[in-house]
Amino acid sequence: MAKARKNNTVKLTFDTLQYAPAPESKSIAKIDAQYDLFINGKFEKPLSKKYFDTINPATEEKLSSVADANVADVDKAVQAARVAHDKIWSKMPAKERGKYIYRIARMIQERAREFSVIETLDGGKPIRESRDIDIPLAANHFFYYAGWADKLQYAFPNINPKPLGVAGQIIPWNFPLLMAAWKIAPALATGNTVVLKPAETTPLTALKLAEIIQESDLPPGVVNIITGAAATGAAIVNHADINKIAFTGSTEVGKIIQRAVAGTDKKLTLELGGKAANIIFEDAAIDQAVEGVINGIFFNQGHVCCAGSRLFVQESVYKIVMQKLKDRIATLIVGDPMDKNTDVGAINSKQQLETIHKYINIGKKEGADIFESNCILPKKGFFCKPTLFTNVAQSSRIAQEEIFGPVLAIQTFITEDEVIEKANNTPFGLSAGVWTDKGSKVFNLTSKLRAGVIWANTYNKFDPTSPFGGYKESGFGREGGLHGLSAYLNV
Amino acid sequence: MTRIEVLKTYKIYIGGQFPRTESGRYYSPKNKNGQSLANVCLSSRKDFRDAVVAARGAFGGWSAKSAFNRSQILYRIAEMLEGRRAQFVDELIKQSSSAKDAENEINLSIDRLIYYAGWCDKFQQVFSSVNPVASSHFNFSVPEPTGIVAIIAPQNTSLLGLVSVIAPTIAGGNTCVVLASENKPLCSVTFSEVINSSDVPGGVINVLTGKSSELIKYFADHMDVNAVVYCEKDKESQQLIKEKAALNVKRVLLYNSINWEDEEKGQSPYFIIDTQEIKTTWHPIETVGSAKAGY
Repeated sequence: MAKARKNNTVKLTFDTLQYAPAPESKSIAKIDAQYDLFINGKFEKPLSKKYFDTINPATEEKLSSVADANVADVDKAVQAARVAHDKIWSKMPAKERGKYIYRIARMIQERAREFSVIETLDGGKPIRESRDIDIPLAANHFFYYAGWADKLQYAFPNINPKPLGVAGQIIPWNFPLLMAAWKIAPALATGNTVVLKPAETTPLTALKLAEIIQESDLPPGVVNIITGAAATGAAIVNHADINKIAFTGSTEVGKIIQRAVAGTDKKLTLELGGKAANIIFEDAAIDQAVEGVINGIFFNQGHVCCAGSRLFVQESVYKIVMQKLKDRIATLIVGDPMDKNTDVGAINSKQQLETIHKYINIGKKEGADIFESNCILPKKGFFCKPTLFTNVAQSSRIAQEEIFGPVLAIQTFITEDEVIEKANNTPFGLSAGVWTDKGSKVFNLTSKLRAGVIWANTYNKFDPTSPFGGYKESGFGREGGLHGLSAYLNV
Repeated sequence: MTRIEVLKTYKIYIGGQFPRTESGRYYSPKNKNGQSLANVCLSSRKDFRDAVVAARGAFGGWSAKSAFNRSQILYRIAEMLEGRRAQFVDELIKQSSSAKDAENEINLSIDRLIYYAGWCDKFQQVFSSVNPVASSHFNFSVPEPTGIVAIIAPQNTSLLGLVSVIAPTIAGGNTCVVLASENKPLCSVTFSEVINSSDVPGGVINVLTGKSSELIKYFADHMDVNAVVYCEKDKESQQLIKEKAALNVKRVLLYNSINWEDEEKGQSPYFIIDTQEIKTTWHPIETVGSAKAGY
């Protein structure tokens, strides 16, 4: 047993000591009143003739209206991608393909600030995260994969890798531009052409990316970006001339897609939900661990498939961890995503806020104890207080199901074997976290936790060179790194 | 008086035991001359479920064995197979192979086991990576077994197809349940006896005989199976497997145009990788000092 630790957290009283607002300016964001579909290198009016609004979830104000692609629009985009693949992209020398991708990377870097602002306005995430994580990582992802284009024969020994053809890609609303980069960059590097659909609540940065793609002189049709909701996604999944479907989103929808392509030869990769265990041992650096737990569950308001949404604390340090956790939550700044001081921004949509509230009520009904931050939420917009549940049963729905919000379910354990058993006892297997100062314990845990990404003494770190993806019902296939190439090749 | 030959009872192989099917059912596959080969177990859904329980029970131990140890065990299977080659040649001929083809098939099967025995502690090095992340972290990716693999073995061979799909699966640390060739099931049962005497822990390989038309849907929809391998061209079965697999996001591997006799195309470490997951691990690197590795 570790000796009882003294709580040496310095508590700041924010009633008397407040950060002055440090808002990022909106003026750099050039958002058109209306966006059409990006097909064959041009912005085209949708055949559906329909548009829908995209709003700022922090203010509920309309930002723009975007085209709602129907089956005919999807078909047009797929045809453009097919022609571009067969006539141009698959025939182009690989090094030239790479140079186009480098160009896109550079242009994102040049306009990074504008992209950050639009990402935050459209999605609700803190500007600090858009600026420091989403946008730089998106540019880096293009930069990384650009270099692979003419080196593929080194990635797969004894195989001559070939592109699949046209890739249909459907991405979520939690990291809009970053997910677009994760999908488009490896597809292009491997010689495929793309029809990409951003999520309906966060289409703007993908459409701005379309502007960059146009500006980069990428041959028309190589990347097509079309907006819409579930029906548009279904039209992509069911289109007969698509060779590959890549989907990131919920496990529920992933299963529907897996069934939908069952009768076809479409290659499929799925990056689905998670319910990651973040595990604190008594020998961990507790302050760092608490910081990691905060980052694990409140990063991007918990809208992260790999969020550390289950916390397991060894019983001997439970009291101190809980106290530090509660103290830290009290200091989190919740509110205006455009303020550079903000830690937790707006929930992405009204619908998602309702889902989170539903789960908070389930947690209460199931008998768990709730602790909420005492922060004051803005009157307008969709916000949720950082929330903890303790006394959570392993069978509780808040410990089993993905909430996708700033809600942490906390359990305790005594032995290593026990926590491995509990952590793995879920249909998901996307990620996990381990906090201990003992190296051999780190590797015991990292090798026995059944998940695709394991963070030891850190959490929620991403890099273009680092493969990401799940075990079990968290999906299959990897994005990032050398391993991310095989999703788009006949290997 | 001439001695009466002792005939063999062909049973299934679950959890290291040779039970009869719990259903009490049997079928009598015939060779090309119309002679009955034997009364073979017509395995049921319950047999399959029992086999999955055995495979799940064996997974933790098998996947935790050292790669070197797994390599030796696969090599041991090959040794045992070599020792009983005459029996397999007899069975292959009984199931309509020519003497020459039978000889070829047993040779290829033994060699295939040796081939994958060698890969057990090497494929990880070929398919792993240390990832040069931009932040101050040590980051690496390694393959790990996906779990329980349900396999419908190639139907046109009795032994070679079976060996070709089992070996890469277990070489990578998975455990499996295999449905043998429906019309040529004899070698699968005899091969189970080889496995049983080769230090392969019970439950790592489970072998059922029976009808794929009856069992395929259970192979694909069992919630504790992680991957399904199917080796035939039948489109309807492929679709059925893929649809049912979606219930728990199973990995589906279709090997429908593999020539298992081909030493280039019928074997490769990519068959191992097909039932592996890539796990990526991050750990911070301390940045407190200013010393550089300058010398």
